[in-house]
Formats: sequence, C-alpha cells, structure tokens
Amino acid sequence: MTHAGSAVAMKPPRQASAPNEKRSRRASRRRHSIGWIFVAPFGIVFIIFLVVPLIYAFSQSLFSQGLATGTTFTGLGNYAKAFTDPDFLGGVLFVVVFSAVLIPIQMAVSLAAALVLDSLTTRLAKFSRLMIFVPYAIPAVIGALMWGFLYSPSFGPISQFFALFNMSGPDLLSSGNIFGGLLNVVTWQWAGYYMIIIYAALQGIDPTIYEAAKIDGANARQVAIRIKVPLVTAALVLILVFALIGTLQFFTEPTVLTPMANGAIGPAFTPNIYAYNLAFKFSQINYASAVSFALGIIVFIGVYIFLFLTRKKGSFL
Amino acid sequence: MSVATQSKGKSVKRTRTLVAVLAASGLAVSLAACSSSGGTDSSTKAAAASKPANCANKIIDKDAPEVTLWSWSPTAQVAVDEFNNAHTDVQICWTNAGAGSAEYDKFSTAIAAKKSAPDVVMLETEQLPSFEIKGALVDLTKYGANKVKNDFSAGTLKDISNGAGKGIYAIPDDGGPVAMMYNKDVFDKYGLSVPTTWDEYAAQAQKLKDAGGPAMGDWPSDTPAFAQAMFNQAAGSGKQTFAYSLADKQNLGLDINSAANKKVLSYWTDLVDKKLVSTIGQQTTDFTSALAKGQLATFIAASWEPGHLLNAGIPTGADAPWRVAMLPQWDADKPVQVNWGGSTYAVTAQSAQPKLAAEVAIGLFGDENPKTIGAHFPMHLKAQKADWFVNATDPFFGGQAANKEVWIPAAKGYEGTVYSPFQNYYYTQLTSLLTKTSGGNAKPADALDGLQKTITNYAKSQGFTVK
Repeated sequence: MTHAGSAVAMKPPRQASAPNEKRSRRASRRRHSIGWIFVAPFGIVFIIFLVVPLIYAFSQSLFSQGLATGTTFTGLGNYAKAFTDPDFLGGVLFVVVFSAVLIPIQMAVSLAAALVLDSLTTRLAKFSRLMIFVPYAIPAVIGALMWGFLYSPSFGPISQFFALFNMSGPDLLSSGNIFGGLLNVVTWQWAGYYMIIIYAALQGIDPTIYEAAKIDGANARQVAIRIKVPLVTAALVLILVFALIGTLQFFTEPTVLTPMANGAIGPAFTPNIYAYNLAFKFSQINYASAVSFALGIIVFIGVYIFLFLTRKKGSFL
Repeated sequence: MSVATQSKGKSVKRTRTLVAVLAASGLAVSLAACSSSGGTDSSTKAAAASKPANCANKIIDKDAPEVTLWSWSPTAQVAVDEFNNAHTDVQICWTNAGAGSAEYDKFSTAIAAKKSAPDVVMLETEQLPSFEIKGALVDLTKYGANKVKNDFSAGTLKDISNGAGKGIYAIPDDGGPVAMMYNKDVFDKYGLSVPTTWDEYAAQAQKLKDAGGPAMGDWPSDTPAFAQAMFNQAAGSGKQTFAYSLADKQNLGLDINSAANKKVLSYWTDLVDKKLVSTIGQQTTDFTSALAKGQLATFIAASWEPGHLLNAGIPTGADAPWRVAMLPQWDADKPVQVNWGGSTYAVTAQSAQPKLAAEVAIGLFGDENPKTIGAHFPMHLKAQKADWFVNATDPFFGGQAANKEVWIPAAKGYEGTVYSPFQNYYYTQLTSLLTKTSGGNAKPADALDGLQKTITNYAKSQGFTVK
C-alpha cells in the first residue's frame, strides 16, 4: 500500500510539463476507468443474470412450437396470441382487480399502524411494532402454508369457531372465496413491511414542525392528516410502486395454496402462474417466454403511467 | 538482486521436488487401481471416468457400465439392490427426482435442454403419449420388449404401445384397477347394502342422508384423473374421450362432450346438488381426515390408494373400518373395469446406451416378489398369478383377501385407455370444469360442450387435425 502510494505521489512532477488540458483529459479517463472497476462486479452479474437471459427469452419468444408440428419462426405472432388469449387476459384482469382492492387496504392498514405507533412512546408501542412486522419475516411459502391450514374446513380455527354456534364457516379456499382468502394472506404478510417504511419516514420529520402546528392550535388528528401524511408522500409512492409490481407478478401464495384449494386456483390464475405452467407443465417454452415478456410490458407501462402521474401532480393524496 | 535469484532458485527446486512426489504418488495410485480391478482395458476405464457420482444406492459391481434411473417408487431401493446383485453386465444408479409432476417438470426441462435426462425414467401410464410425441422415449421393441409382451394383458399392452400397437414405449410396473372402498362401520350403523350399480349407489346415498348419516362418497374438483376414470367406465369399449395413435401423429379424435361423459358428470353433479356426496379435494389433508373420521361411507379408489393411507391414522387389522368391493356398474350385465394411475419405466431418447437401459426397464420390476411389491398392484401377469400375491390379505381392509376378491378381477376386465398427447393441459381444464359444475356455476352438459371447444382450439393451435 505504501509503495503504491509513493508511486502515485511521484507522478505529478513528471506530468507537470504536459499541457493542462491533456492532463485533465488523461485524469478524467483514469477516473472513468476507476469508475468502471467499481461498477464491474455489479455490471457483470447484471449482464450475465439479467440482460443475457432477457435477450435469450426474447429470442425464444419469437418462435412457435406445436406438439404435432416443429418449431417455426413466427416473429411477434406469440404476442398477438397472448393479447387475445382468454387465459392470459383473465389472469391479467385478476391481478389488476386484485391490486385495485389490495393496495388501498394495505396502505390504509400500514399508514394507520405507522401513525398510531409514531404518536405513542410506550413500551407497548415497541412491542406492537415488532409484532406487526413479524409476518414479513416469515417466508412467503411458510406463511401461505400456515394460512392454508387456518382456512382448512376440518382443522382450521375459523370453521371450529363457527361450529360452536352449529354453523358451517365460510370455506375461504373455495372458488367463490379465494379472492378474499388471498387478500387476507397478502395484507397480513406485507402490511408490516410497509408500516416500517412509513414509520421510518415519519421518524425523519423535524419535530419542530409539530411544535409549530401545536402553537397554531392544531390537534393530534390534524397534525396526523395535515402534516404527517403529506410529509411521507414519497414513502407512500414508493410503497405503491412496490405493491403494484409485486401484485402484478403474484405467484407464490396462490401456487402454495393450489393443492389445498380443490381446483379453485387454476393454471392461469395469474399471468406468472400461467407462464410457469406453460413452460414446465404444457411444454410451451416459446409461448411462455412471450407471456412473460407481455407481462413485463404490462407491468412497465403500468408503473410508468403511475410514476408519470404522481410526478406531474407533485404530491400524492 | 542476488538475494532474489537465490530465493527463486530455491523455489524452483522445491516445485520440482513437489512435482516428482506427486507424479510418484499418482503412479502408485494408478498402479493400485490396476491391481485391484485386475487389469482393466482402457475403454472401461474411460467409461468409469464418466460414471455418475451420486447414486442413492450402492453399486455392487463397480466395473459394469451404469444406467441412470429416476424413480419415486417406494420399493425402488429394494428392487434396485436386487437388480444390481443379480447383474454383472449393468448396474443401476438410482435417483429419486421427485414424485409425479415434480419429476415430469425436471424431465421436460431436460428434454428442452437436450441434456441431463436419465437413461431410464419412471412415468405414469397416462403421461406416455405426452412424452412420446416429443420423441423423448425410445421404442423398446428394438431392444427385446417383444419378448416380454406376453407378460402383460391386452389392456396393459394397449396402454404402453399407444394406438397402433407397433411400438412399445414403456414397461409397466404397477397399475391402478379401480374399486369401491367402503366404511363397514358406517354401512352397518345405517343398514346399507353394498351397491353394485350406480343406481343402487345413489339410492343408498339417499337412504344414508335420510337417516342423518355422513356423505356417501366424494366428488372432488382437484382430481381430474378420477373423473376421467369414471368417464372411461361409462364409455366402455365404445368411443373413448380421446382417439390417438402415434402412428398417425397429426390426427387427434376428441369426444369430450360424448353422451357417456355427460351421463357421468350429470350423475355426480346431481349427487353433489342433493348434498349426498361431499366435494372435498382429494389432494388435501382434509380429505384424509374425513376418511379417518368416518365422514365418508365410500371412496372410489385405485389399488394404490391403501398404500398411501397407511400413515393417515386409520386403524388397520381387526379394527379396520374399511373394506373393498367391485366398482359399481352402469349396466350390471355388461361390467366395465377401469384403471386410474399406474406407472411404467421408459428409456429416454437421450440415453447413450439404450440397449442396457432397456434391460433395466424390463428387468427392474420384471420379477416381482413380496419384497419389491410394496403396496403395488403388479401389471406382470406372472406376479398376478403367483400364490403369494393372490392369497395375500390386506390389514388395511381388516384382513380381507383384497387381491383375490377385488383387485385381480378388476384388472382382468380392463381393456386399455387412450390418453391425449397433452394430458396435463387437458387435466387442468377438466379441473376448472369440475370446479364450476360442483360449485353450481355451470350445467354439466354445457360445461362439457365448452371443454370440447377449448380442447379443440388448443389441439389446433398445437398443429393437430381434430376429427
């Protein structure tokens, strides 16, 4: 280290004779190359594990393979098929409706929890914060399995509770109720995480603002709604984007619950499940690539529109 | 400067010594290898180098070429050891790559990747056409399968030869003759008689409900293979749901909305609507619990089912509540027996040693005995006729001689099934249909018409000509 340092230290005198601009160009080139070295570890991983597979998947999606026919080049034919495929569109509709119902609920729950915890300073608040966060620490697969048992008509506490009154409880895994069943699982899993994000943002607000508000005669509710919420808008937007991307790519929970749901979760329940089944169960790897890309396009457009709208208005809520 | 050269010289010397020692020890190792194997020629040495390293079993004869095998059979370990002990020309390297669809997913991926498939793979009978059409399986008639043809019934042969009966693409291990398990305690308590026709079944179901008893049976949405077995029974030797032959790859006959299928679906949906049967998914723990708690009077099941229920907390032996009887019939004068499940061993097209692989596929369960049989119902006629098998009593059925009384006659009457070349897709669509009809969201006949349309469109998109 010391040796390298002395070498660098010896350089400037030698360069002193060179014209100023030349030196600065060389220095900037050196700075650039150092920059590349810093970026390289991430860049290599990014290219090998994301860019190359994406290009490969896209090239796969341009071909079409039938069981009774061979593989043929069909260009964008698979995409035309995907956007007219009732299975794919049905899955997209499901995740869009699911997002529309889920995200407001999730945000309301997490925002309410964060505001309450922010205004409390008791030991109970710390404990509650941890408890609300715990579901996020449970792996999604375990969480879904657990809820599968809680919903079970013969073991679950729900049906046992209803049995006390000689009634049969709702089967949350039946095809009519699976929407609500999944809504509950996902909200339970993620509300705590979003709560922590909002809570952190709330902690970053300068307390003198609250003081000023109090002097102006604002009560606790007014402080919460008029001051705290507008100041954590950035966090709320972030959560919305996370939730939107996550829900459009919904996969884990319905996949885990499939064997317990007696057929209520079909092979095209969500676009991601459909792509998975196409590739690994129905041997349509090319079409599966196209469906994955089509989903990617939808997610990208959705998120872009959302970010564009929120940026333009300047503030959310 | 001089110091550096000196140290360099030293290190070179040290390296040379190291190389010499390594070379000497390497020579010793290779000499030892030669002496232990008694002078093998170079070709087997090369083969040994490419041998798969991680087998789940022990290789007995280490010089023999190895054939890789994927199997989830509970008695695979026993059968593989027996095979390896009896053979010096070939040894099996066995892996459990997951049961059912878990293994198929891996096999399909290996087919798409054009590498890393095993030599021999376990496949359920209904999956054979789906892999045959991809050219993933080898026709075993070239490798001695014709010699064992007579070991199997005509119905079994139809299953493994797919259509024209020219090729043989797999060697069956076990089958799934279907019968009716019934809970004797429930039957005794409510004074039911064992039904022999579906009309009697419905009548007993009504009687059971009127007396305040539990559900007569179960009509799940998540077990399409069961619904398909019921369809096949009603179709009998007439037109089945699919007509397909590998000899004529492009043409596919679809008869999903046949009168027989509509009759079956309407029958069961009617029982569901009248709340005579439950609709618990049979892949769920709730179903096993219902069986154990006596909440179901009957269970239409295949011969492999009792083996799966051994650890479900159902009493066996003298206290066993379950008995088994022949499957109820649509027409008592013309009984039709069906098969549900059952597995086979096939040689993959990726195998570099198909001849040896075929030997494994044929020989692995070729000589069934009480140790390899497990809870299987063997498709080998020799085993079906063996005394130890015929006279076996099943503690799950309270010591009933289930093989002699039910499973063997059920297997005898079986005439074979034609499966589609996209059975997984068909099954997922059938599952969606059953969810709708049992949930009261669709009429059985309309639903089957819809399914016929869906599958026709799918088949066309896959390049088939639909008849």
